[in-house]
Amino acid sequence: MLGRAIRTEPRLFLVGAIGSSFFGLLVIVNSYVVGAVIGHVVVPAFAERRATAATLGLIAAVFIGISLLRVGTIFARRLGAGFMQFRLQARYRRAVTRRYLALPPSWHQRHATGTLLSNANSDVEAAFVPIAPLPFAVGTIVMIIAAVASLFWTDWVLALVGVTLFPALFGLNVVYSRRMSPRQIRAQQLRGRVSAVAHESFDGALVVKTMGREATEAQRFGVHVSDLRDALIAVGRLRGLFDPIMDALPSVGTLAVLLLGAWRLKTGDLSVAELVSVAFLFTVLAFPVRAIGWVIAELPRSVAGWERVQAVLDAEGDLAYGSASTPGRGPAGVVFDHVDFAYAEGPRVLHEVSFTVPAGRTVALVGATGSGKSTIASLAVRLVDPAAGRITVEGIALPDLSAAALAETTALVPQIPFVFDDTVRGNITLDRETLTDADAWGALRLAQADGFVAKLPDGLDTAVGERGTSLSGGQRQRLTLARALAGHPRLLVLDDATSAVDPRVESAILGALRDKSGSDFSPVRGGGGAEDGASILVVAYRRATIALADEVVFLEHGRVVATGTHVELMASVPAYRDLVTAYERAEAEREVNA
Amino acid sequence: MTTATLTPEEGTLATVKRGLRLSPELRPGLAGTLALAIVSMAGRVAVPIAVQQGIDRGIRAPGGPDLGVILIVVLITLATLVLSTTCGYLMTRRLFTVSETALGALRSRTFRHIHDLSMLHQQSERRGSLTSRVTGDIDQITQFLQTGGVMLLVTSGQLVVTTIVMLVYSWQLTLVVFAAFLPAAVVIRLFQKRLASVYRTVRERTGVLLGAVGEAVVGATVIRAYGVAGRTERRLDTAVGDLRSAQQRALRTSVTSFSTGELAAGLALAAVVAVGVWLGIGGNITVGQLTAFLFLVTLFIQPVQIATEVLNEAQNAVAGWRRVLDVLDIDPDVADPAERGVALPEGPLSVRFDDVSYRYPGGPIVLADVDQEIPARTKVAVVGETGSGKTTFAKLLTRLMDPTTGAVLLGGVPLTTVRFDSLRSRVVMVPQDGFLFDATVAENVRFARPDLGDDQLDLAFTELGLADWVAGLPHGVDTPVGERGEALSVGERQLVALVRAYVADPDLLVLDEATSAVDPATEVRLQRALDAVTRGRTTVAIAHRLSTAQAADEVIVVDAGRVVQRGPHAKLVQDPESIYAKLYASWLEQTRS
Repeated sequence: MLGRAIRTEPRLFLVGAIGSSFFGLLVIVNSYVVGAVIGHVVVPAFAERRATAATLGLIAAVFIGISLLRVGTIFARRLGAGFMQFRLQARYRRAVTRRYLALPPSWHQRHATGTLLSNANSDVEAAFVPIAPLPFAVGTIVMIIAAVASLFWTDWVLALVGVTLFPALFGLNVVYSRRMSPRQIRAQQLRGRVSAVAHESFDGALVVKTMGREATEAQRFGVHVSDLRDALIAVGRLRGLFDPIMDALPSVGTLAVLLLGAWRLKTGDLSVAELVSVAFLFTVLAFPVRAIGWVIAELPRSVAGWERVQAVLDAEGDLAYGSASTPGRGPAGVVFDHVDFAYAEGPRVLHEVSFTVPAGRTVALVGATGSGKSTIASLAVRLVDPAAGRITVEGIALPDLSAAALAETTALVPQIPFVFDDTVRGNITLDRETLTDADAWGALRLAQADGFVAKLPDGLDTAVGERGTSLSGGQRQRLTLARALAGHPRLLVLDDATSAVDPRVESAILGALRDKSGSDFSPVRGGGGAEDGASILVVAYRRATIALADEVVFLEHGRVVATGTHVELMASVPAYRDLVTAYERAEAEREVNA
Repeated sequence: MTTATLTPEEGTLATVKRGLRLSPELRPGLAGTLALAIVSMAGRVAVPIAVQQGIDRGIRAPGGPDLGVILIVVLITLATLVLSTTCGYLMTRRLFTVSETALGALRSRTFRHIHDLSMLHQQSERRGSLTSRVTGDIDQITQFLQTGGVMLLVTSGQLVVTTIVMLVYSWQLTLVVFAAFLPAAVVIRLFQKRLASVYRTVRERTGVLLGAVGEAVVGATVIRAYGVAGRTERRLDTAVGDLRSAQQRALRTSVTSFSTGELAAGLALAAVVAVGVWLGIGGNITVGQLTAFLFLVTLFIQPVQIATEVLNEAQNAVAGWRRVLDVLDIDPDVADPAERGVALPEGPLSVRFDDVSYRYPGGPIVLADVDQEIPARTKVAVVGETGSGKTTFAKLLTRLMDPTTGAVLLGGVPLTTVRFDSLRSRVVMVPQDGFLFDATVAENVRFARPDLGDDQLDLAFTELGLADWVAGLPHGVDTPVGERGEALSVGERQLVALVRAYVADPDLLVLDEATSAVDPATEVRLQRALDAVTRGRTTVAIAHRLSTAQAADEVIVVDAGRVVQRGPHAKLVQDPESIYAKLYASWLEQTRS
């Protein structure tokens, strides 16, 4: 992973690593300058009780000069590393979100919203956290090698202290990370769980409140909070144990240098300047050496984040598009041919479903709750592909159509409207370039939404807020209906798309759709005529809607049990009759009882 | 809302004080932790002292280096290191235990408090940000307290102890060091303000990015169906790019600020040597002391540099803390009277709306002058066009909101005086969006009554005529419903939500278009079953399917926020010009044609 990161941003990495290496060398130079100043300037000056201003000025200039050079290397190191980290994060955020857009709805359904949010945000971030200290760590390794070399050049006994101390520090770091990583991974998992519980509980706030279950929810949340707390305390204890030891080790090194250095001084093998240099070196080296520890410590979290990011990037199940376009103009017919469907790891929900929506005609899907109507609607616009069987539009199998052809040909108005955090116009046109304001108003008129939109403070430019919360349920449904109509689809699929609309408004919508298209129940561009009409597949309960259909497909438990006109089915299919006349029968019974 | 949310400029110290007041768990042992921190600091100054002692008494001993003295100095310093390391261990341990315990409690308290705020269910767009109050924001505080906080504690201790040692060696050189750092301190302080603002931008842009990702994820189906991935892609790219440039700007500012400390260090070293030599010539300072000073200067730089880093983190943490505290400071607008409240009278409940009006704060009136009485044991339907105010009626009835003027009474008792435990167990509302938790069907039903036995559970489905439906699910009542219940169809979710409300066994059942996505046959069956099992209780159904109105004892017709008609269905349809008659006519046209 780190290798890939370096290959992706080699220039920034080099800037950071070279900056960091020079920084390390300057640290060593600085130590030797300190030693030299003490040994060769301070000691003689104190002994002779005099010093020249020129010498002192030179020393001051050297210290300030080194300091300025160090600032330069700090800029190179930190900006190189930071920019590299941010660029990588941005690159992978783009890649992950591109996958989100490419993967099919069935994949999205299998993954919790919260998880996908954190994949794109905190997982990408975690994956590249070690990037920031990475050049520092590389520079530190250069520095240690240089330090050990300079130690041997100075005195082999003191060098032995170095070659004992640095591996010890490094080894301790490794042990620390090994023991820390399982604890941190656990804490991270628990953090995710706390977040998921909070997310869900707040999402269901209305139910929690109306059932008076706040205390139970708080308890449920509390259990996860305690688990997280205990996990984090476990992290803290380990840190408490290792951190002070790693802080103390370089000090022990300095003491060893003092003791052994004094001995070498006595035997005449070392000067005061050298002794002070080495002691100073050990003091200032302690901090950078820990940077390696930081990289190692962050690795497990980074690897976990990287794996989750990879899982998204490698996710399969793309509904790949073909290259075909839909032939002809005007309404497009659709044929379901022995279609089976099952949701992931679930039982079959559709069995050998076959029916036809002839071009320009309207077909109603009728069936009890849970009989598979919405699944058929999703299949018709290729939000999912069937497990077996074939669906064709104008004779072209849906998987053969290009993305553009599919989007231009079909439009689905789902049961639960989804409104973007955008203006009314943005929600209708979705930036489809061919759509004008006139298209938008035309579609709004058909959807009986022109009235309320005209009354909004900024008309088409009114922002509707995140998830359309400033609109009522019925208004949201009409807005999404307008979105579908604005694109002049050749096949319109309505999945109980007016359930939150009042009966009066609904009948006005249906009326408008019918009137506009002349005899057909189809939305049209401008003047109308078969050229511009649409075929319609509509999930319906209400008889007014069913009555508009040329044909009815009646479903039971995922099977087509009857096809025909409403009148035919009323006469020959008792289950169908029971379903659509439920209200009348209920009323009749009430009248009898009364 | 209190004024707390309106004062974003509240100082860091004020926030921390407020935070400590609300998390008293953080305070006990603070003195002990501080004491441990100071002792653990001793280890750091021990080495420069050892260097000074070693040079002055050992190496420069008259008659050549005295190894015995140096050995003693080294051994004493080693003992000090062992002591300070032990104290460091104990301090970190304490700090983690105390801070995690305190912030865990804060997390739980905030979670509970948020559930009491009506904005949670009124303004669903704020849910995401409320979730981060109990997750990310608190993580930031703990992270700061433990890494930044420890460092700040340790380094400020280091600063104090270093200063003391420096003063003992030479007050003149100490002044020199302070003089060298003073300009840096001023500059760094100025940078703090800029850093606060650039990091705020980073946070804001992270929020924008999360919003854009959320839309791509939640709206995946629509984006795909309309082939408009390009548009979302552009938005995401902009959000990603904006965040990156904000991060880079923040880093540049931060590095510049850090470098100031670095320059100050160089300046200090230069000044200490120059002035030190001059002092030494005057006999005011020894070689060992001057050498120790050079070591001490590095100990002095570190805290200043680390402090600039940590203070950035601190800004984030304090901002997070402030957000959490601000949420805690919002008084629940619809508050539980708790012990001061009363219980609802036993038995079926009557409903009284006493001249009730409601308007959203700063918004138009949505319900005006409603003066209605619903006798106990009756079944009432509330009908009206979209936006007429009928859902507001339901929310006032269940006290999800309080009326702007007037009062709602249940069983003669004003709702505002009723204890929530009594209210929520006796009055249950089934909302249109029957939210399900990511669990099985059975667990979702048991949400209303955790002690419900398996037999009772099955019985509930049977009584509502849903036994066949539930038997047809892949694993019966043990079928997982998926996130938000999305493994079930919309209609099926409503069925589960209804059973859940039914087992709660309320005396007043409020249905807010609870069966809007269910097929007519199932709906009629459900209605009949509900009628049977809720006989003798009060039911208020908000409906746009007029089948519900027909089956009710009485219908209340709402139009443009006012009650315009009331009476049994049969009577209301007699006036063909009435709003209800028109609604019914179009209903008939739709269901009978």
